[in-house]
Amino acid sequence: MSAKQLNARAGKPRSTSRGLEKTALIFAALGDENRLRLVARLSSDGPMSIARLTKGGSVTRQAVTKHLQVLANVGLACNSRLGRESVWELEPKPLDAARQSLDAISAQWDAALDRLRKFVEG
Amino acid sequence: MDRVEKSIILRAPRARVWKALADSEAFGQWFGVKLNGVFAPGARLKGQVLHKGYEHCLFEIAIDRMEPERLLSWRWHPHAIDPQKDYSAEPTTLVVFELKEVADGTLLTVVESGFEGIPLARRPEAYRGNEQGWAAQMKAIEKYVGETA
Repeated sequence: MSAKQLNARAGKPRSTSRGLEKTALIFAALGDENRLRLVARLSSDGPMSIARLTKGGSVTRQAVTKHLQVLANVGLACNSRLGRESVWELEPKPLDAARQSLDAISAQWDAALDRLRKFVEG
Repeated sequence: MDRVEKSIILRAPRARVWKALADSEAFGQWFGVKLNGVFAPGARLKGQVLHKGYEHCLFEIAIDRMEPERLLSWRWHPHAIDPQKDYSAEPTTLVVFELKEVADGTLLTVVESGFEGIPLARRPEAYRGNEQGWAAQMKAIEKYVGETA
């Protein structure tokens, strides 16, 4: 966990009642295979430099930078300087807030309907 | 994005499914809540959540419409799991159950809508800053993006 996330946790939880309004933008940003791959990579391997993100892939450094900027514009990623390198990391909050609450509610309905099935079919 | 929609075919007659939904005692048994009162349009019911770990939560719904064996709807505060917080000032979501007779039994559809007004920070604590939760989340995103691409 990054220092930033730790700080966010220590602070008071912020209300994100307008979270869903931003969701369309977030999914638009993710609606690109390259960006989705970048998000998945940063998610599984943690913060890393553009050099590392570009290594071994077929996408150029410029293209990667452009995609990361798109993610940054909707608040999904942020970068910081580490010496001469620019290190990128995910900012899970925006998507987190929009998606996870609906996922949690969706899962609760699945569980409830499963209990209903047992109740009426049993 | 503003709604959660679920469909399920229940191998049971429509009358039995309706009773499980509209009879507060039967409803409580599968939903996991001990309710006081009877379901009727306009009625407000309060109860105690019975799920392990959530016993401290108060369950509260306001019945909206009831059309026997066809439709039941209510309003509530979704995922209101923090007993320290007063949710009453927040907007509610609408839950609509619809029943249809099909060859195998009853097709039940549940739609919960109105999430645009709900503070979305309300989510299981375990998810927050949790790497594994985020990784699991990615699968959901991939699925979502795949579906909408």
